[in-house]
Amino acid sequence: MQASIRVTLTPAVQYLLRIGDTALVLGQRIAEWTGHAPQLEEDIALANMALDLVGQSRAVLTYAGAVESAGHDEDDFAFLRDERDYRNVTLVELPRGDFAFTVLRNAMMGTFFRHLWDALRSSSDPELAAIAGKAVKEARYHQQHAADWMVRLGHGTDESRRRLTQAMADLWHYSAELFASDAIDEAAHASGLGPRWGDLKDAWMRDMGEILTASGIAMPAESKFLSTGKSGVHSEHMGFILAEMQYLQRAYPGGVW
Amino acid sequence: MTQPATRAGRAEQQATRASRAWDVLGGVLDPEVPALSVRDLGIVRDVIDHGDELEVVLTPTYSGCPATEVIEQSCLAAINAEGLGPVRATLQRSPAWTTDWITQEGRRKLNDYGIAPPGPAMPEAEQPIRVFGRRREPDVACPRCASLHTEKLAAFSSTACKAMYRCLSCREPFEHFKPI
Repeated sequence: MQASIRVTLTPAVQYLLRIGDTALVLGQRIAEWTGHAPQLEEDIALANMALDLVGQSRAVLTYAGAVESAGHDEDDFAFLRDERDYRNVTLVELPRGDFAFTVLRNAMMGTFFRHLWDALRSSSDPELAAIAGKAVKEARYHQQHAADWMVRLGHGTDESRRRLTQAMADLWHYSAELFASDAIDEAAHASGLGPRWGDLKDAWMRDMGEILTASGIAMPAESKFLSTGKSGVHSEHMGFILAEMQYLQRAYPGGVW
Repeated sequence: MTQPATRAGRAEQQATRASRAWDVLGGVLDPEVPALSVRDLGIVRDVIDHGDELEVVLTPTYSGCPATEVIEQSCLAAINAEGLGPVRATLQRSPAWTTDWITQEGRRKLNDYGIAPPGPAMPEAEQPIRVFGRRREPDVACPRCASLHTEKLAAFSSTACKAMYRCLSCREPFEHFKPI
């Protein structure tokens, strides 16, 4: 079996891993719908959005490897890292749930990524700014698509509304982690690498408020719950995703198609 | 190849080599939209002659486009096949690719192929999300009968870069290359 790599977790590397891992794990979760979505068009849409996210992740993880300067490439990061070195927010690792759960999560994350990439376009780092310039266009489309579905589910049938309401109860409190700024954010802000994620909260709340109002869904009160995935402390679901993602490279090191 | 005797001669030969490579790339087709060459798509940003090798500068379309690597390999193979190598490819992310870079010729070819070409891309900042009611999409002309009486069926299509439409006049479904 292939041993795990050791990652040099400087603040800049951690900041980049948070972005790359969040896109990667969300892409993996969305890709689980391939062949299972409620209609063909949505099956294709979800697969396409997963591709965008994995593509964005590849660019950011490749760049994180360059910043780390330890010879790690995108595949090393994806396939040979232990759970504790994954820095995605907990929200994206939760099991895919039903379609309403996926739509709500995509609306939350599409909105978040849109504002994150938009801010990263003015990163002091030209490579990250270039990645963001492309990704922001994709994120906007993902956000719009999820928002369309939010309205349809919110004003669809009693069943669709019940499921969307349940998804809100299951998911919303995980959004706090997105905006909980810490030393990693401060370092990125100070160096000009990227925004403190907490600074994106107002724009996110504004967009989500508009989407929820249009969907006829009430915005829940803030809770004290705070998940900790972006510090490497994950939910019980994370290990299962990594087992699926990493099995082949761990069992057959360097295996290719 | 004969050695050019003068500096001017060398410069002329280099220009020729680069422009011949441009010509070759005009015949390299996008694997997912084979009506278009990589030049029609606007993803070849530059061909630079470094003397000892050529450099082809490509820009990716979508982050997750599975054709990116195939396109790169096809470009290199085509240039090598013409004896213009050695050649290497570099990926340039900035400025980000936009459908505005698809050439007029490319737009005509798309339409003939049955894919409605993209309208002008709006700057990102000017694209608010719209969630109130059914969104009014810009008119997309049917590539078969040119009717503007069309409607969107799905936000994505056979590839991430297209959406699915149908013409309400001739009743034919068609794809639309999304403006980004």
